[in-house]
Amino acid sequence: MTVEHPDHAPLDKTELARRVAADIPPGAYLNLGIGQPTTVADHLPADAGITLHTENGMLGMGRAARPDEVDPDLINAGKVPVIETPGASYFHHADSFAMMRGGHLDVCVLGAFQVSAAGDLANWHTGAPDAIPAVGGAMDLAIGAKQVFVMMTLFTRAGAAKLVRECTYPLTGLRCVSRVYTDHAVFAIGADGVSVEETFGLTLAELRSRLDVPVR
Amino acid sequence: MITAPDVDTALAGVADGATVLIGGFGAAGQPVELIDALRRTGARELTVVNNNAGNGDVGLAALLAAGQVRKIVCSFPRQSDSWVFDELYRSNKIELELVPQGNLAERMRAAGAGIGAFFSPTGVGTPLAEGKERRTIDGRDYVLEYPIHGDLALIKAHRADRAGNLVYRKTARNFGPVMATAATTTIAQVAEIVDIGELDPETVVTPGIFVDRVVAVGEREPGR
Repeated sequence: MTVEHPDHAPLDKTELARRVAADIPPGAYLNLGIGQPTTVADHLPADAGITLHTENGMLGMGRAARPDEVDPDLINAGKVPVIETPGASYFHHADSFAMMRGGHLDVCVLGAFQVSAAGDLANWHTGAPDAIPAVGGAMDLAIGAKQVFVMMTLFTRAGAAKLVRECTYPLTGLRCVSRVYTDHAVFAIGADGVSVEETFGLTLAELRSRLDVPVR
Repeated sequence: MITAPDVDTALAGVADGATVLIGGFGAAGQPVELIDALRRTGARELTVVNNNAGNGDVGLAALLAAGQVRKIVCSFPRQSDSWVFDELYRSNKIELELVPQGNLAERMRAAGAGIGAFFSPTGVGTPLAEGKERRTIDGRDYVLEYPIHGDLALIKAHRADRAGNLVYRKTARNFGPVMATAATTTIAQVAEIVDIGELDPETVVTPGIFVDRVVAVGEREPGR
């Protein structure tokens, strides 16, 4: 059942981060990708018992460090200085990625260039011949976390939908995305296809007209 | 285990063409003093394994700039301050093997643990798995990944004792414990070397069996 908000403007970045944060289960072990997904942390309820994982080797990561708190040995995956929270732990890289691949991490939130109707993710490389490729932990996160949430704008600046039948950008992972949060709509991807949970700034009918993917 | 008097002594005897595992995630845990000593050995045609491909103009970036590295194996070369690598890559002066970060760690873990190869779910169906053997096990798809052995591992820990036991500091631990197991010769730079018995055995992260040389470089200089 889709909840339509045609009179609500498309979500801005803060509203989108808040919307994603509202869906993180209490008690979850959570990894937030570099960039916009990191801002989800600002909206997590303090009493929800959510533990942040950073793939460079820490559980219980806290907020960004203030200038007087900066420790060069304590950074997040985006190489930003952070603080530790009570109950934090440190571990080496093989253990950190075992937490993903081994199915111990509950949710990760990633950005994307494209998501396909089957849940394929493309978020590491534009495929441009002069681009220097860099993948980091994206492929491990995509197939490792129990649930992968994507957070992105629904359309490119040129107006092309980023929810597509088949990804044209190089893939990060196959059939791994379960939920897609965008400025215009929230989608759930299941074995039976794509359903729309909410729309913002347009109706479901208008949304359908702008997508090449069948949605319920 | 040998306590080396300085980094240049610790690095003596590095051969051209060596594969060198270098710890660190960005600047955290990067053994800058050891990398500088590696550069001073003049060893060439090196293969370097690191998560990144150098930051700014120091440490790994300086080694690259000196033209001593033939190939880099890493997960995330492109950064806002990776201009040294970017220039070498664009002018075809360095070879890049891009490896997903978790596969990079696990391939070294496998090398250190005597595992011949392993099937990883990471990268299945992506360009980074092209040409690799694929297998379905209990309904899940995997690709075959081989170990990465180093001739040399250069890592940074916080403290060592004279038996080579190491403790690390916060997220500077990152690849250090895994790389220490995966190389023929492992050299650790630390802030301080303490006497045997001064490290609580329960807190040792890398047992000294994996460490061949330690060298004290003192506390971090401001800005490092």
